[in-house]
Amino acid sequence: MPAKTNPSDLVRRVRKGEHAAASRALSIVVDDGKDSEALAKEFFKASGSVQKIGVSGPPGVGKSTLTGRLVGHFRSKKLKVGVLMVDPSSSISGGAFLGDRLRIMEHATDPGVFIRSLASRGMIGGLTYAIFGAIHVLESLGCDKILIETVGTGQDEVEIASVADTVLYVTTPSMGDEIQAMKAGAMEIGDLFVVNKADLAGKDKAIADLKAALGLGHSAGQAVKAWEPPVLATSAKDGDGVPELAAGLEGHWDHLKKSGEGRARLKRQHATELQFWIQRRVIKSALERVTDKNLEELVARKTDPASLGRRLLK
Amino acid sequence: MDKPLRVLIAKPGLDGHDRGAKVIVRALRDAGFEVIYTGIRQTPEMIAAAAMQEDVDAVGLSLLSGAHLTLFPAICKELKKKGLKDVLVFGGGIIPDEDVKPLQKAGVDAVFGPGTPLQTIVDYLKGKLAVAR
Ligand code: B12
Ligand SMILES: Nc1nc2c(ncn2[C@@H]2O[C@H](COP(=O)(O)OP(=O)(O)O)[C@@H](O)[C@H]2O)c(=O)[nH]1
Ligand SMILES: [Mg+2]
Repeated sequence: MPAKTNPSDLVRRVRKGEHAAASRALSIVVDDGKDSEALAKEFFKASGSVQKIGVSGPPGVGKSTLTGRLVGHFRSKKLKVGVLMVDPSSSISGGAFLGDRLRIMEHATDPGVFIRSLASRGMIGGLTYAIFGAIHVLESLGCDKILIETVGTGQDEVEIASVADTVLYVTTPSMGDEIQAMKAGAMEIGDLFVVNKADLAGKDKAIADLKAALGLGHSAGQAVKAWEPPVLATSAKDGDGVPELAAGLEGHWDHLKKSGEGRARLKRQHATELQFWIQRRVIKSALERVTDKNLEELVARKTDPASLGRRLLK
Repeated sequence: MDKPLRVLIAKPGLDGHDRGAKVIVRALRDAGFEVIYTGIRQTPEMIAAAAMQEDVDAVGLSLLSGAHLTLFPAICKELKKKGLKDVLVFGGGIIPDEDVKPLQKAGVDAVFGPGTPLQTIVDYLKGKLAVAR
């Protein structure tokens, strides 16, 4: 994959909507290759105006299949869609099986859909450091909606709430007991909740459990919340409930735009993007400079962690 | 740290034999590759579009049905049409020896049949892609 392209030409082609250019740009940004910062600067300019929808939830609940359904729905409204699907990298081999794409191959040849699989590459929390850079490429490409599927680890993927505008949390009827056991974390980040696989038995109980777990419904004296997360049922297998889900997502987007919450979230996203940049550039690079000699010096008490740390950060 | 190599494993045509493809996916992942799998029943256009969007270093085709002489060259053509001239194409499955030459002529770099040690395939890919970089 030789990168013969010059950055400004690449940016121009991405803005024109060329998939091949977007693909190349994504690799450069994600791999942190040559010109990645020059590109990222340009792509950031066009960012922040379309809805980024995070699709989160435990493995196997149907996130990828449902994402495919939403792509189909948005396409029926003539919207351009970008999809980022994150899967975990093996901490041992560094390799990854990026298996989400196979659930939405039906959209592979649609020129209005761009799908990219990303490996988490060492980051915990369901995402990858490069997620913002990747999002900004899709924003520049002219996508009207961006779907982000995160690693379904269950409880510790709170980060998606600092990346997406709207978080869709997916569960299934068979998860009733687990839902009740869920306390903080995942349940707090959802702006919409979906009981997928509603074609299977137990849908109504799952919805009731979910509502109970969320503490939905107002008790006396409690102020009406500006946004009450809806609990919806879908079958990604049959497509049932998908239009209602899409309407719910649009409703949340309207809420964000009207309430000022949208701007607050954008600010939080930028704070997270900055945090990722600093983690990648400063902390990681300082840690990579630690040599065995440094450690020997510590053992020999020739230096101490604070002095060494300061030296490494210079 | 080097960035991981990316490989698309694809099953073109109507062939439903997917065990071999899945074995390859797992072997490559365990060898440090980022592997994208398309699933079965893919057209050459779908495979080429996925290879383009995923910006992969190589495309591995798996076919046991006997349709490789038409499908593999069609995929190579489709990849070129998308401007993916540098992507390494390789394959495996039930492919008679006498078909290997024509496949290579069409742009399939190498073919691995049943019984090939997985390490052979991993070494081949790492060797080829290291040179390409
Ligand atoms: C298991 C099997 C099935 C299973 C498949 C289960 C599944 N989900 O995969 C079932 C029972 C469903 C099945 C059905 C059929 N089968 Co069948 N099946 C086999 C069998 C016995 C073994 C295949 C297998 O899984 N091997 C194990 C895996 C790990 O090996 P592999 O796939 O060869 O992969 C290795 C290499 O080839 C290579 N490789 C494979 N892909 C790739 C890709 C890359 C990139 C690389 C580098 C390497 C590589 O590496 C792998 C690991 O070593 C073979 C006979 C045989 N001995 O091969 C017949 C065989 C493939 N089947 C055959 C036939 C005809 C059929 C049917 C049409 C039968 C029928 N009339 O209904 C159907 C068609 C199904 C369909 N939808 O396509 C024929 C194909 C004949 C041909 N090519 O001309 C075979 C060869 C049997 C025969 N001798 O006649 N089959
Ligand atoms: N019965 C049923 N199965 C589904 C539904 N949605 C997805 N599945 C199946 O659930 C499995 C996991 O789906 P996938 O989308 O990969 O889940 P993910 O891991 O959350 O992304 C696959 O076998 C899907 O076919 C649904 O609505 N009903
Ligand atoms: Mg998935």
